[in-house]
Amino acid sequence: MTGMGWTGRLLLIGVPFLWLALFFLLPLLIVVKISLAQSTIGIPPYTPLLVDHDGGRELHATLANFALITNDDLYLRAYLGSLGNAAMATALCLLIGYPVAYAIARSQGVRRHLLLFLVMLPFWTSFLIRVYAWIAILEPNGLLNQCLIALGLTAAPLPLLNNEFSVELGLVYSYLPFMILPLYGSLSVLDPSLIEAAADLGARPLQGFLGVTLPLTLPGIAAGSLLVLIPALGEFVIPDLLGGPDTLMIGKVLWDEFFNNRDWPVAAAVAVVLVAALAVPLLAAQRFLERGHAA
Amino acid sequence: MALLEIDGASKRFGATTAVDDVSLNVERGAFYALLGPSGCGKTTLLRMIAGFETPDSGRIFIDGIDVTGLPAYARPVNMMFQSYALFPHMDVAGNIAFGLRQERLDRRRIAARVDEMLALVQMSGYARRRPHELSGGQRQRVALARALAKMPKLLLLDAPLAALDRKLRAETRLELTGIQERVGITFLVVTHDQEEALSVASCVAVMDRGRVVQTGAPAEIYERPASRLVADFVGEVNLFEGELTAGFNGLALVVAGFREPVPLPCGTRLPEGAAAALAVRPEKVVLSHAPPAGFAIAATVSSIGYLGGGSIVHLATEQGMALKAYLPGAAASSFGRGAPVWATWPPDEAVVLTQ
Repeated sequence: MTGMGWTGRLLLIGVPFLWLALFFLLPLLIVVKISLAQSTIGIPPYTPLLVDHDGGRELHATLANFALITNDDLYLRAYLGSLGNAAMATALCLLIGYPVAYAIARSQGVRRHLLLFLVMLPFWTSFLIRVYAWIAILEPNGLLNQCLIALGLTAAPLPLLNNEFSVELGLVYSYLPFMILPLYGSLSVLDPSLIEAAADLGARPLQGFLGVTLPLTLPGIAAGSLLVLIPALGEFVIPDLLGGPDTLMIGKVLWDEFFNNRDWPVAAAVAVVLVAALAVPLLAAQRFLERGHAA
Repeated sequence: MALLEIDGASKRFGATTAVDDVSLNVERGAFYALLGPSGCGKTTLLRMIAGFETPDSGRIFIDGIDVTGLPAYARPVNMMFQSYALFPHMDVAGNIAFGLRQERLDRRRIAARVDEMLALVQMSGYARRRPHELSGGQRQRVALARALAKMPKLLLLDAPLAALDRKLRAETRLELTGIQERVGITFLVVTHDQEEALSVASCVAVMDRGRVVQTGAPAEIYERPASRLVADFVGEVNLFEGELTAGFNGLALVVAGFREPVPLPCGTRLPEGAAAALAVRPEKVVLSHAPPAGFAIAATVSSIGYLGGGSIVHLATEQGMALKAYLPGAAASSFGRGAPVWATWPPDEAVVLTQ
């Protein structure tokens, strides 16, 4: 053993482990616990898991909340709605983000720094305010409709707000930087001579891209896609502010259960299912990235 | 007709001229070397031939066809990159097959060609390895095999031996010439290593500041340099600057600080009074303890560098001018540091330079 003793190693692994256990695992367990309880009027608004009974203690757990979300197809539709919107947003972010990241990675010096700065600039303003700003742009009397009417492209205002379009726009707008940055990361370390070598060996630009650039930036694509997909799946603010009456996303359902219905156990059950569903793509991506590292 | 013909190619990057009106002919089957210090424009010239840079003016012909406007992928030229540029996500066979796949050859023919190439560079059995699992020398072979797989009319090699250690470099040099003879493809090597250029090439072009300053066979470049610059860059040299004067038999060179004019090779035809330099290779210099008959320079030994097969003796003249002499074998052992010696050389072995 060199350098560090057992205590040092234990500390090194132990501190982050403790952090995760305290601030991630413990809250998750509390949520799981609530999801197994029943709704009640009181503080807290759910029944305790362990009930004193004839001097002993009895476990009062129920899977009724999970039964409810599987029986009522509102939840399934909300999950699928979220998945559809998030998947679409991920695909659009990838489609828009890849060329942007490519252009940044190919630019030099000050220009590169400036472009990177511009990508990160939106983070300087509150996320909530930026989403609100889109309402001002998209509403019937908003900036965009006024421009379109002034240009004579449309006679009456277009319905741009409170529909699927505005939700998708909001998702892509908000999460695009999370796609661009990891893509930029993997593109900027790509040796330009590899692309030249492909061209030298007779590959046309598209073939060179598909055969060399794309496979070598797969880790960046995977990382960026996860960074967009996962938060977009649970997104609440965007569908709430920009969505319409038929926008059904699981983050909004969860919010409604919690704050409007005050049904904490059902809300907790919705959250548990969401976390379980998110774990699948996360683990798959991690597998993929680890394999990429080994190769 | 030459295989590669460069006609007045120039390339500027902003204010600097990387390649300045270069014209060059490379004959079919030649092992041609572009030699020059870093920044002389040789790599830019190579990249223009490969199609990665477009010349601002001038034309490039390969096998009689004007390729100046053709993109890299359409040129009958392949390149071995200095960094090898092997595709890290493909195994050795995948790398070698990459160019063949672009031609849409059928699987069996590709596999056969890959095997053939692996055998050529003695890498059979490594087909399934990834580049990162190979040593530097093995990677170099794979890069060579990949560049040769398409049987290009011209193979460009960017400092092919620069990344290898000294011993491997010598072996690979030999292999490279062997492979070139076997496949019969014209090789164009770019290098700043004069030893590499002289030992592998059948023809050398020396470049400096964007221009070709001399072309010729390696021995010609070394023995008959056309300018001070070539003499100085290719190998070691003693340069004496002076003024031409009429001597006892023909011209001689008056060098400041020397007691007598330095005799010049017979048949030197230059105007009296002109400025010129005399280039003398260290191995032409003869040292003796006693003053020899005829011209000689008195000097003292300032240091002796042992090189294995011989020694390089650094001398200082009475006037403080530095002089180098190469003595083969153990000949240097009779000269101690600080010993007074006489240095001379056969006048015909020296070269008069006016440029």
